[in-house]
Amino acid sequence: MIALVVVSHSEQAANGVAEVATEMGGDARIVPVGGDPDGGIGTSAPEIEDAILDAVEGPDGETADGVVVLVDLGSAVMNAELAIEMLEEDLEVVIADAPILEGTLNAAVSASSPKATLDEVLQRAEEARDYRKLD
Amino acid sequence: MVEESIQREAIEAAVHAVAERIEAEKTYLTELDSAIGDADHGANLHRGMQAVVEAIEDAEETDPAALVKLVGRTLVSEVGGAAGPLYGGSIMSASTEFAEGIDTASTVAFAEAYLAKVEDRGGATVGDKTMVDALTPAVHTYKKSIEQDELPPLAALAKAVDAAERGVAFTTPIRASKGRASYLGWRSVGHQDPGATSTLYCLEAILDVATEYLDGEIDRDATSPTVPDESAEADGSPEGEE
Repeated sequence: MIALVVVSHSEQAANGVAEVATEMGGDARIVPVGGDPDGGIGTSAPEIEDAILDAVEGPDGETADGVVVLVDLGSAVMNAELAIEMLEEDLEVVIADAPILEGTLNAAVSASSPKATLDEVLQRAEEARDYRKLD
Repeated sequence: MVEESIQREAIEAAVHAVAERIEAEKTYLTELDSAIGDADHGANLHRGMQAVVEAIEDAEETDPAALVKLVGRTLVSEVGGAAGPLYGGSIMSASTEFAEGIDTASTVAFAEAYLAKVEDRGGATVGDKTMVDALTPAVHTYKKSIEQDELPPLAALAKAVDAAERGVAFTTPIRASKGRASYLGWRSVGHQDPGATSTLYCLEAILDVATEYLDGEIDRDATSPTVPDESAEADGSPEGEE
C-alpha cells in the first residue's frame, strides 16, 4: 500500500487538497501538512518528517510500503527534500513533480488500489503535469 | 589543531556573535525582504538564532561536528520558509567535514560543502539574485587564499568577507530568477537580496570572532595583492583544480 503526504504553505490548503482528493480516491491514506513552525504561511521540514512517519504507520496499524509526497511551491520542495534526508529509517519516499491538487487527486485514485506500487502512484501523479483546463 | 574545549568555545562565541548581529539587523533584513519577498527573513532568522543560542548553551555534545550539526538542526526546526532548509539543512550536511575537528583544511571543506548544498537544494547559481551570489565569491576567495596563496586563515576569511560584500552589491542591479523574488520579474531589479545580505552578516560576525581567537593582519580587500614578498615561488602556472 502506498500512502500520500500533501505539503502546502498553508495548513488549510493542504487539508483542502486532501479533502478534494479523498472525494475521488476515498480509500487512499492521505496526510496533509502545512504552515511554518510559527503557525504562519510556510513549510517545516520536521513537521513534514512527522507527516511522512504518520503516513507510513497509519491509524490502522497497516504499514505503508512507500510514500509519495505532493508539494506546492519553493520552500515546500526544499523542506520535503530535507525531511526525507532526515528520516532515520530506510523508507521508500519520493516527491512527485506535479501540480499539488491535480497530482494528489490522480495519486489518490491510483493509491486506493492496495496493489499499486510506488512507481505507479508517482507516475499517475506526474501525469497531471500535462493537464490543460481549456482547449 | 587546538583543544576540543577551545573549539567548542569558539563555536559558542560564533553562535552568539551571529545571533547578536542578526538581532541588530532583523528590521533591515525584513525591510529588504518586504520589497522582493514575504517580509519575514529578519524575524525568521532572529527567532532561529535565538533558539540556536539556547540549544548550544544546553548542549551536552562537545565534539565540534555534533555541535555544528545541532546549529543546523535547530535552524531547520525554528526557521520557516526557504531559509530553514538553505541555512539549517546545509549546515547540518556540511557539519560532517568537522568530524576530525576544526582546523584550516576542514574549514575550507566545510565552506565548499555548505556552498554545494545550498546550490543543490535551492537550484540557484551565481546571478540568480540569491544568497549564492554572496556565498560563491566568499567560498572561492577563502579556498584560493588558503590553498594557493597560503594566507593564514584569518586573512583568508577577511578577504572572503570582502568578496561576499561585493557579491551582495551585485545582487542589487540584477533580476531575480530564483526564490520568491523571481515572481516579481523585472520589479526585483534595484533591490538588494535579503539572503545574500544575511549571509554577509553571518560571515562578518564569524570574522569578528575569528579575529578575537587568531592573531594576524587583516586586509579585507579581496582583490588586493597576496603577500607579494613571500610568494616568490609562485610561477603563475595554474595547478590542481580551478
